[in-house]
Amino acid sequence: MSIKLSVENLHKSYGTHEVLKGVSLTANAGDVISIIGSSGSGKSTFLRCINMLERPHAGRITVAGEEMKLVTARDGMFKAADERQLQMMRAKLAMVFQHFNLWAHMTVLENIIEAPVNVLKLPKDEAIARARKYLDKVGLKEVEDKYPAHMSGGQQQRVAIARALAVEPEVMLFDEPTSALDPELVGEVLRVMRALAEEGRTMVVVTHEMAFAREVSNHVIFLHKGVIEEQGDPKEVLVNPQSERLQQFLKGSLK
Amino acid sequence: MEEYLFNILKGSVLTLEVALGSLAVSVVLGLLGATAKLSPSKPLNWLAGIYSTVIRGIPDLVLMLLIFYGGQIFLNKGLESVGYTDYVEINPFVAGVLTIGFIYGAYMTETFRGAIMAIPKGQMEAGSAFGMSSLRVFFRITVPQMIRLALPSFTNNWLVLIKATALVSILGLPDMTMLAKQAAAAGRGITPLAPMLFFLFTGVIYLAITTVSLVVLKQLDKKYSMGVRRGEF
Repeated sequence: MSIKLSVENLHKSYGTHEVLKGVSLTANAGDVISIIGSSGSGKSTFLRCINMLERPHAGRITVAGEEMKLVTARDGMFKAADERQLQMMRAKLAMVFQHFNLWAHMTVLENIIEAPVNVLKLPKDEAIARARKYLDKVGLKEVEDKYPAHMSGGQQQRVAIARALAVEPEVMLFDEPTSALDPELVGEVLRVMRALAEEGRTMVVVTHEMAFAREVSNHVIFLHKGVIEEQGDPKEVLVNPQSERLQQFLKGSLK
Repeated sequence: MEEYLFNILKGSVLTLEVALGSLAVSVVLGLLGATAKLSPSKPLNWLAGIYSTVIRGIPDLVLMLLIFYGGQIFLNKGLESVGYTDYVEINPFVAGVLTIGFIYGAYMTETFRGAIMAIPKGQMEAGSAFGMSSLRVFFRITVPQMIRLALPSFTNNWLVLIKATALVSILGLPDMTMLAKQAAAAGRGITPLAPMLFFLFTGVIYLAITTVSLVVLKQLDKKYSMGVRRGEF
């Protein structure tokens, strides 16, 4: 089985406060990894370090066999040694954000073809065909010419997923994709994510949805105060937690 | 009589040229100034801070005289020191455009800075996350979203800039205002109402230019507000 993503011993601090104290993760092709933990556990920061939206202080990041070239900048944090390489690697790590972050001045179609055309240099008609294919996959019809502000949160998040699919990434990163949605819109997004998981896409998902973590992912990581407190098969870890912290956390989250 | 009016009308072309030229310079300086002010580099912050503070704090007229005459002296002293002895005169059109552009670049800096700060950070972040270079993020995401937010203040700057072009007459440039003044002096012999007539005519042309500008900028606002839901009162 090929390794799609490996993160080794990631460290990150804000000032003197260390938020990630050596976190590692390995995702094989087709893995769906859920990262859970209370707020402040460092789970979002960890995810955002993987594509360098946050700059870690130490660690190694390898995507599909290619290691990210990082050097320590003057402020003590990593920076890309090769901007071009970072850009290409980011395109292999498409991200879905909590607040969708669709580009507000572009239509749905323009949002989806932007990176394929301008980053991957795909011909425009090919990118449009791709966009339509993935819009169909996330179950959206006749929305191409709409602007994000004119759609519901659930629709926007599905467009954001289509945008991420359109770069045909090695790994998809989801940063609390349902946390900003009204409860009745959560289901439509989770259904799309479940379908992607079943297709064998490699996904790393920071989530509060315990049902998703338990039923869809094949590996769960419980992060607490910047360290991995417990991890493994969700059907065991979530049903029969060993650490006291996870027991408490699960009691608090009910589902 | 008609001759004078026609002359003033011709002067309005020069006024427009100076205004548009200065606008181009000020937009470029404004974009540079705003990015410098928002950049993580301390020296750039300082440089842009000094620029916008000093320029906005001194009357346009004083700056214009300072840059035109002071610049002339500096340029010639500099040339002299490298062994070039001919006296060089700065072209007043170029000087006018550069000076007004330089002044209004400071106002544009603040306009653009405010507008960029009002864009949610996630918009730019999504660009980076999909592998765009910072330059591409700036021109594909930041600038198009900034335009809508900057337009009200940009419109103000542009209206004031057009009127500030009247100052180029002190550099000896025959713009609309200078021609009106000359016509007023010469026309007094024909009718005592000449000064009022000519200045009224000039005022109407300025008003025409600014009114057309407002219409054009309104269209621009519509174009860049696509996809925006406006609050209703």
